[in-house]
Amino acid sequence: MQFDKPATTNPIDRLKVVGQPVHRIDGQLKATGRAKYAYEWHDPNVPYVYGYPVGAAIAKGHIVSMDVSAAKEAPGVLAVVTALDVGERKKGKFNTAKLFGGSEIQHYHQAVAVVVAETFEQARAAAALVRVEYAEEIGAFDLKDAMKTAIKPKDVGGAPPDTAVGDFDGAFKAAPVSFDATYTTPDQSHSMMEPHASIAVWDGEALTIWTSAQMIDWWRSDLATTLDVEKEKIHLMSPFIGGGFGGKLFLRADAVLAAFGAKAARRPVKVALPRPFMVNNTTHRPATIQRVRIAAEHTGKITAIGHESWSGDLPGGQLETAAMQTRLLYAGENRMTAMRLATLDLAEGNAMRAPGEAPGMMALEIAMDEMAEKLDIDPVEFRIINDTQVDPEKPERPFSHRDLVSCLRLGAERFGWSDRGRPASRREGNWLIGLGVAAAFRNNLLVPSAARVRLDHEGVITVETDMTDIGTGSYTIIAQTAAEMMGVPIEKVVVRLGDSRFPVSAGSGGQFGANCSTTGVYAACVKLREAIAQKLGFNSEDATFENGEVRSGNRSVPLAEAAGSEGLAGEDTVEWAKLADSHQQSTFGAHFVEVGVDIATGESRIRRMLAVCAAGRILNPITARSQVVGAMTMGVGSALSEELAVDVGRGFFVNHDLAGYEVPVHADIPHQEVIFMDETDPYSSPMKAKGIAELGLCGVSAAIANAIYNATGVRVREYPITLDKLIGGLPDVT
Amino acid sequence: MSKMHIKLTVNGKPVELLAEPRELLIHVLREELSITGPHIGCETTHCGACTIDMDGRSIKSCTVFAAQANGANVTTIEGLGTPDGLHVLQTMFKEHHGLQCGFCTPGMITRAYRLLQENPDPTEEEVRFGMSGNLCRCTGYQNIVKAILAAAAELNAVKEAAQ
Amino acid sequence: MRAFTYERASSVEAAAKAAASNSQARFIAGGTNLLDLMKLEIETPTHLIDINGLGVDKIEGTQEGGVRIGALVRNTDLAAHETIRRDYGLLSRALLAGASGQLRNKATTAGNLLQRTRCPYFYDTNQPCNKRQQGSGCSAIGGFTRQHAVVGTSDACIATHPSDMAVAMRALDAVVETVKADGSRRSVPIEDFHRLPGDTPHIETVLEAGEVVTAVTLPPPVGGKQIYRKVRDRASYAFALVSVGAVIQSDGTGQVAVGGIAHKPWRIATAEAELPRGAKSTADALLADARPTEQNRFKIDLVRRTLGAVLTEARG
Repeated sequence: MQFDKPATTNPIDRLKVVGQPVHRIDGQLKATGRAKYAYEWHDPNVPYVYGYPVGAAIAKGHIVSMDVSAAKEAPGVLAVVTALDVGERKKGKFNTAKLFGGSEIQHYHQAVAVVVAETFEQARAAAALVRVEYAEEIGAFDLKDAMKTAIKPKDVGGAPPDTAVGDFDGAFKAAPVSFDATYTTPDQSHSMMEPHASIAVWDGEALTIWTSAQMIDWWRSDLATTLDVEKEKIHLMSPFIGGGFGGKLFLRADAVLAAFGAKAARRPVKVALPRPFMVNNTTHRPATIQRVRIAAEHTGKITAIGHESWSGDLPGGQLETAAMQTRLLYAGENRMTAMRLATLDLAEGNAMRAPGEAPGMMALEIAMDEMAEKLDIDPVEFRIINDTQVDPEKPERPFSHRDLVSCLRLGAERFGWSDRGRPASRREGNWLIGLGVAAAFRNNLLVPSAARVRLDHEGVITVETDMTDIGTGSYTIIAQTAAEMMGVPIEKVVVRLGDSRFPVSAGSGGQFGANCSTTGVYAACVKLREAIAQKLGFNSEDATFENGEVRSGNRSVPLAEAAGSEGLAGEDTVEWAKLADSHQQSTFGAHFVEVGVDIATGESRIRRMLAVCAAGRILNPITARSQVVGAMTMGVGSALSEELAVDVGRGFFVNHDLAGYEVPVHADIPHQEVIFMDETDPYSSPMKAKGIAELGLCGVSAAIANAIYNATGVRVREYPITLDKLIGGLPDVT
Repeated sequence: MSKMHIKLTVNGKPVELLAEPRELLIHVLREELSITGPHIGCETTHCGACTIDMDGRSIKSCTVFAAQANGANVTTIEGLGTPDGLHVLQTMFKEHHGLQCGFCTPGMITRAYRLLQENPDPTEEEVRFGMSGNLCRCTGYQNIVKAILAAAAELNAVKEAAQ
Repeated sequence: MRAFTYERASSVEAAAKAAASNSQARFIAGGTNLLDLMKLEIETPTHLIDINGLGVDKIEGTQEGGVRIGALVRNTDLAAHETIRRDYGLLSRALLAGASGQLRNKATTAGNLLQRTRCPYFYDTNQPCNKRQQGSGCSAIGGFTRQHAVVGTSDACIATHPSDMAVAMRALDAVVETVKADGSRRSVPIEDFHRLPGDTPHIETVLEAGEVVTAVTLPPPVGGKQIYRKVRDRASYAFALVSVGAVIQSDGTGQVAVGGIAHKPWRIATAEAELPRGAKSTADALLADARPTEQNRFKIDLVRRTLGAVLTEARG
């Protein structure tokens, strides 16, 4: 199916199942501990053995020699495979750092060996016996230093690194009010609960692999490249995934090590990355340094807006697109954005939930707060004054649908925004109380997505697509889509996901999964409806699918009967034509936060949060709300505690466990509320939905930062806003 | 290294097995006994995904040697309820959407089970404090807390009705 | 993890003797820290002596009117014990401020005192660490030191002691009772129990080989307002940046120990004498010899401010 015209009325608009608060169809399995994650495809009859990885002890250099003799002789050891054994390998298309092979060390904890043994503890003990001699080289680990030699890449994911409209410099200088500040965001860790894990089983040249992957086809292709086997020989499965947040988008070392280990040991091998490897062996969200400049008239109308960002990555890597949203979010005749990439020899920087916008909004939305204060205009009003209904860089391009203003106004009303006072003006006991606001913004991305839908003689609809459910609710919204399209109750739908034998879907990433994968299912259902109509001699345009029957004119036939003993199937791929060229598709929202800051210790604690989201049709308010609330919580960590601490001398992230990298826990999260604007966006898809999972994160950290400023009068521009950055500005309590 | 003979009661059933002293209880449960509900998120007591009930107390099974558990009575998520006969907590986690990716869920529910044994009518704050050893990266905790409070109310209502 | 043999000891004396005869043996009780250290091969005992069955798990009154806490009393039970909550509220609060329910269920009184630092470089076996391998160097110095000690440090080590419980024990003048390998008993004031790092940061307490902690005693209740204030980046389940354990009497005098700033719970008699004069002079005396790093200099101010909040609360 080519989606090339805005959607008109279609069966989804019936909203009998889609849009309804349907409970997760995988809830039962998960609540009973029976959902099987990658490491758990445990068949007691299969003689699994265990692989344990060895990571590089240096950040940059070469392996001079390896001594694995002691490891090989250790009890239970079946095989030791080293990076030197497998030699230089072709790298996967989506990997910046190589995962395994060759003597070069590009970053700390890069895999240098895997030890396979009969038991897990035997493998772990033997792994500690692997001796590696390195030739260490000087690396670059400090973004503040490296930014001086940062380069301008040719393009940034298809977009230019720089944009300029009008005369930014002239307008900035000429404006009556202007503001210029620099912000920093730290390296962050996805820290999903399930570590990367794989089980590899060889049968001759054919490889079966259970793993934890957000993108089945990317993993399969890149695994084939890395192992140098035919893609068709690999069967990759990932039906349940214990969280991803971008950390499982791209092939990771556990799959490669399991495959090499299984080949060498001639046994099925399980490999899980130890938690510290998840920080220094895999990917992370790169730190940024961002400069934001805003100039405006006294009325609050922005006349010039500029956003520059610096981030680092390994050679051949990519930058964090932190200035991207500033091209679209606010009006202003004179504008500039620029993004630069420095070379850093830390682990690979890559996508984490809302790449670009998450750190970009952390800076931009503090700057908007600061500028509003400078103008003495309420920050909600300041944003509304500068709303735009067109792409401000290309005014001929309207937004397909943009309701930021309503989000801000409704949020302000519901949250009691008018109670906000001057900075450091409200105190309750030992708490300084403040309110903060930020806009939320994240683009809506469109990715091809395919599905196969079968109808059997019992009237059961089975959907197969390699789409993944990383906790988002894909199983459920896909079932809702198929049920709506085929006119059956959701109980009649079986959804099978995460298997490379199924049609290639959008996968889970970039908040495109829900809209794109359900559209793929929609397209397949259209095909199935046609097949059914054709078999029955109905005109498919006239056929109505309802109550388990297909009806045309006076004739109606139960679907089970229509299927016959053979059953019927439909398969299709949605492809996206150029609608996005003429209309900018984005999602919008507003975050409101109340914080308390301890007057003595500077500890910041969230008191309440509200997000108002405008993101097209909400396919399932339960799963969508949960996505937003979870994202807001990640934003709390991002604002207050999450930082991968770089040892700039030794070149690694020091706090590589869940004690040192502090994500929010139960007691950190208070009352949270989410309001969805009742809207549809016919430009996005026949589902008229857009992404929501990342929108909830974009801006929320800045809203917290702004609330802390409102509480204390102390402005912190370096995330996370920990107490050490506040106490110097708090009143004396001794 | 010689193996030890270990006897456990797991989810009400007696189990005997041989294990090296260095084998962790979580590995024995998962790999030897195919009880894979308790998960390994960190293996260093930080995340709580491996939480089980041992001799009437919540513990993290990544930080106990199976040898130390010799003679113990162990309950895992599998022992609380089945898909056909859910424990009230499991029903509430499902109904209140206290789970997303589901990886932390077994540990979360098993911990909540013991929390409600120890404190059948907790306040929201007590739930948040009592659950603070269980991390979740998806849900934002709010629905987890709601589910536990709803389960407590339900269990108490059943108890009252019985009296 | 390295392989080891395992036995369950049946008496304190037998345990001490078994440990004395094997320098590679270690006791295991709750194991909440030891297991993690063994997984990383920071600890590599060839033999484990499980002392959970020794029976030293009671809380009872002493002749002096204080309380004797068996070494194996679990943190959960100690925090919940009626006498502790009534007479030693500081201890109960400190325990509940530490770790999580699951860990407190396993962690023992003695094990809590004996837990090792959470310095991240200590746990990363690729990095030099004098505490892990004597003479290898300290990679924390010059590295990421936000959590590290500001006082009592040495050029060999700037690690902190991570315990909350020990801070309360220090403020309450606890005494550690032990049995040595030869069967003799001794009592070590907690002040002397933990060592400063000096040149030998790998030696953390005064315990000798095979010496078993059997109990911790507390002197008779001292009354006063008992406050434990733990300051951390997230609201629960985090190690203290700074913690203050204090017993403040109505005349403004009192006892105060500080956690998160040194290799042991930090208490200075001359500083305590300043308590009636307020937080600033007390903190100044506590931290007179502080040698903070750029990254943890804030702890100086934070101790002062936290102590200020504690004294305000005590007055209120």
